[in-house]
Amino acid sequence: MRDRFIDLIRLRWWLLVLLGWLILGGCGREDGRERLVFWVFGREGEQVRLLIEAFELEHPDLRVDLQQIPWSAAYERLLTAYVGGQLPDVAQMGNSWLAQFAELHVLEDLSTWIREADLDTTDFFEGVWMANRIDGCLCGLPWYVDTRVIFYRTDLLRRAGYERMPTTWMEWSRLMQRLVDPPAGARYALWLLPDWSSLVIFGMQNDAPLLGVRGAYGNFRDERFRRAFRFYLDLFDARLVPLSGTTQLGSVYQEFARGQLALFISGPWSVGELRDRLPDSLQNRWATAPLPGPDGPGVSLAGGASLVIFRGTRHPEAARKLVRFLTRPDVQLRFYELTGDLPVRRSVWQLPPLRDDRQIDGFREQLARIRPLPAIPEWEAIAARIQYYAEAAKRGLLSPEEALTMLDREVDLLLDKRRRRISAGKYRPAAHY
Amino acid sequence: MKGGGLSIELRAAGWFLGPALSVILMFQLIPAGAAFLLSLTDFDLYTFAAPDTLRIVGLHNYQLLLQDGRFWLALRNTLYFVGLGGILTLGLSLGTALWLNQRFVRFRALLRTVYFAPVVTTLVAVAIVWRYIYHARYGLLNQGLQLLGLEPVDWLGDPRWALPSLVLMAVWKNYGYSLLIFMAALQAVPEELYDAARIDGAGCWQQFRHVTLPALRPVILLTGLITANGYFQVFAEPYVMTGGGPLDATLTMVLLLYEQGFRWWRLGYAAALAFVLFVLMLLLSVVLLRLQRESQR
Repeated sequence: MRDRFIDLIRLRWWLLVLLGWLILGGCGREDGRERLVFWVFGREGEQVRLLIEAFELEHPDLRVDLQQIPWSAAYERLLTAYVGGQLPDVAQMGNSWLAQFAELHVLEDLSTWIREADLDTTDFFEGVWMANRIDGCLCGLPWYVDTRVIFYRTDLLRRAGYERMPTTWMEWSRLMQRLVDPPAGARYALWLLPDWSSLVIFGMQNDAPLLGVRGAYGNFRDERFRRAFRFYLDLFDARLVPLSGTTQLGSVYQEFARGQLALFISGPWSVGELRDRLPDSLQNRWATAPLPGPDGPGVSLAGGASLVIFRGTRHPEAARKLVRFLTRPDVQLRFYELTGDLPVRRSVWQLPPLRDDRQIDGFREQLARIRPLPAIPEWEAIAARIQYYAEAAKRGLLSPEEALTMLDREVDLLLDKRRRRISAGKYRPAAHY
Repeated sequence: MKGGGLSIELRAAGWFLGPALSVILMFQLIPAGAAFLLSLTDFDLYTFAAPDTLRIVGLHNYQLLLQDGRFWLALRNTLYFVGLGGILTLGLSLGTALWLNQRFVRFRALLRTVYFAPVVTTLVAVAIVWRYIYHARYGLLNQGLQLLGLEPVDWLGDPRWALPSLVLMAVWKNYGYSLLIFMAALQAVPEELYDAARIDGAGCWQQFRHVTLPALRPVILLTGLITANGYFQVFAEPYVMTGGGPLDATLTMVLLLYEQGFRWWRLGYAAALAFVLFVLMLLLSVVLLRLQRESQR
């Protein structure tokens, strides 16, 4: 036995050295810097690395451990980390998720810090700031904003007899009718994202409350929402909008380029896509405009993401420094250049690349008129049902009345637990939703 | 030598089976029991935040389930999958096995590998290719229809065609498994039976009906059971291809369970759904196993 052992060491000593090196290599390096864990999702994760390097240069005593997670896995990762007590210090968080994580009491309230830190809160777009106020606490700091505007072909508009996009629903309908008739002659006037966002936006524009008081009931049978629903369905009935995204419109950008589609409602990512895909000859023949509303310029969604600090972080000071850094105007500008995500601070829009870009004027104007979605944990589930019933009514399987009645009934069921918690006094009385 | 208790054989059996049984107990029976208990509560997102608000609601979740239109829709879609998918899978694999069993077929091993390949291919890769095939404008199927002068069909976007399209893809992907089982079973049918039948003047079809089918009956039932069990739990195909749409046309039980349990975190409700699925599958299995046991006599 002993001989065999000695033989092993003699002949295979390099194996043992290799093993030893691998094992020791697994030991971390302690370098005395404070370590922050920062979770980023999606495309932003790849681009933010450069900003993090700049942050580490400015704060040599801090090190940021950047972890990239795809959006599809992000929600589950966060929830699993919560259950396992493994939450990071700072994370990016989509606005629509803030309510759910606020409900779990894992987000640190930043109100006192903001007050003391002398941060110019009026510089942030109000709509997106409101999205971060949940049940009386400031749950995150807005990082980038996302909203929906109309992208349009300027030449087709002119052919239809309009110099600028109209600002009322009625004028807009008239324009769309003209767009499918000669001389503009598009096959479809408008394309809508095949989800719940368009219908909800129309509802918000018409001041529909969507949900009852404190978000305790569904209120989709409200007359204001009904009017928005009728407007939405009329667009499909008049064949101004294609019914199914896949059959009738190969690729939105392709049809837009061919002049078969004159308008579409989308978000900031389409700016980059159009600049990449359209031929040079068409590059100056498109523009953006804010959404028309029932009686004048309308509101749009306050989407985007915020930066949140989790309660129980062992580095609260460092986390705040990171969050403050990423929302600084110069860093916001650099972030825009890297990702195309729109900055949340008004002052940044006055700086050169954004100030001179005429094609994103639609976003600039719309951001002054954005509204957040109801900040309740059940919102995602409710939105999925809105989409279902909108789809059913679009295809004529349900009458608008039936669709809204059934939607209200389902939403009431979904909100059952919330109602019970409200009556048990779990939420602050002054809270908006 | 008998002791006061179990015979030595039983005790030996106990020791040998012990490790396997304890693993099954720990990783299957106990979690299943816990899931059943979970289905008797109203566990959801709020419970994560405030565990003390958890209530035992008894069979309330099951009541809600039976009143939920989406549950019945998912059940109908799943049974459609089991029925159509099961029959197509069995028919296709049995037919191919019979064909490959013929003496004149060459490259039998190669063909068997080719037909089995879809079973071991990743579903996501399969889904990407089939999405292209089903594409409303540029897909192979619609190009073919246009060549024949017919109207293109929105295979995945039309509520009437979405489910059959998924069934077709699932059958293509899964029939290789049953094919292998049938080929092995066909080899086991003694050649003398066929000779005897031929001497008696039986033609091809009669040979099939009176020799092959009776010999294969237990295998068909067993394979049918395995296939049906698999289709009862169909999740990956609708999840990857259509997300349950359009208009819940491809919503299946497990997809509904996943949505309720892991997207909206209504774990109590999802557990109840899982148990209903379990009971249904148990019933079907009992029926098929009984039929199989009779056929073996």
